[in-house]
Amino acid sequence: MASTALFFLFAGFAIACAISMVYHKNPLYSAISLVGVFVALSCIYITLAAPFIAAVQILIYAGAIMVLVVFVIMLLNLEDDYPLNRLRYLFALGGGLGIVLLAQTLFIFYAVMRAPNVPSDQRMSAGKTLDLGQAMYTQYLLPVEIVGVLLLMAIIGAVILSRRLGQAQLELVVDRELELRHEEKGILN
Amino acid sequence: MEPSLASYLALSGILFTIGTVGVIFKRNALGMFMCIELMLNAVNLTFVAFSRYYGDVTGQLFVFMVMSVAAAEAAVGLGIIITFFRNSQSVDVDDASMLRN
Repeated sequence: MASTALFFLFAGFAIACAISMVYHKNPLYSAISLVGVFVALSCIYITLAAPFIAAVQILIYAGAIMVLVVFVIMLLNLEDDYPLNRLRYLFALGGGLGIVLLAQTLFIFYAVMRAPNVPSDQRMSAGKTLDLGQAMYTQYLLPVEIVGVLLLMAIIGAVILSRRLGQAQLELVVDRELELRHEEKGILN
Repeated sequence: MEPSLASYLALSGILFTIGTVGVIFKRNALGMFMCIELMLNAVNLTFVAFSRYYGDVTGQLFVFMVMSVAAAEAAVGLGIIITFFRNSQSVDVDDASMLRN
């Protein structure tokens, strides 16, 4: 009984925070609402006997990723998002698509509902960090290695993206700009 | 009495739909990014719920993979957003039309 009450408490909190994230125009308020969703989901993971995933959820999502997002919001000094002055029809379109998607998702879940309705007690240790680590470094070693390579690629990509142009490349760009202006003048005269 | 698997799946479906609608509504690249994170989290919830009800550790492992991909996506995506802002002084996705003509 208690776990049902907890589930509905955190589920309501998560849905409320998600709606608030989509509703707010200011990106900072959206980011804070999203942290609320992450914390609520982490609590639900604890009730699902997955303490490791709950801890990692707080560390990676609420800690690392959202701090990065808030830093970017602060760096860019954004004004509010004024949506839909030219795309007003998107409101109706998006709402309709959302309802269709929701109905479809719930129907699929209903259709595959032959899943067990009682939590399995055979392996109560399924969420324990020891079990997870053993599976990760024996049975699923290759995917873990691939994820490592993916993270390395992401680091290199981020460095290349955020690097400023070197002096030689800047001169090339400026030369090209001057050339273009010359051409324009030639056409005008 | 624990909540049934269906209630977890329903919560996940609702969160995923809110994320999708947010991606459609938002014109701000950062807002769209956050909505995508919300959709990833909704899928993570189904993984953990199935893992619990089948007593199998694989679902939680894949949640771990999804989180790693989300971290990589955050690094590269925010890098792209910053580069785009440096070039066009805006993060509105409607302004990203440099390749159009």
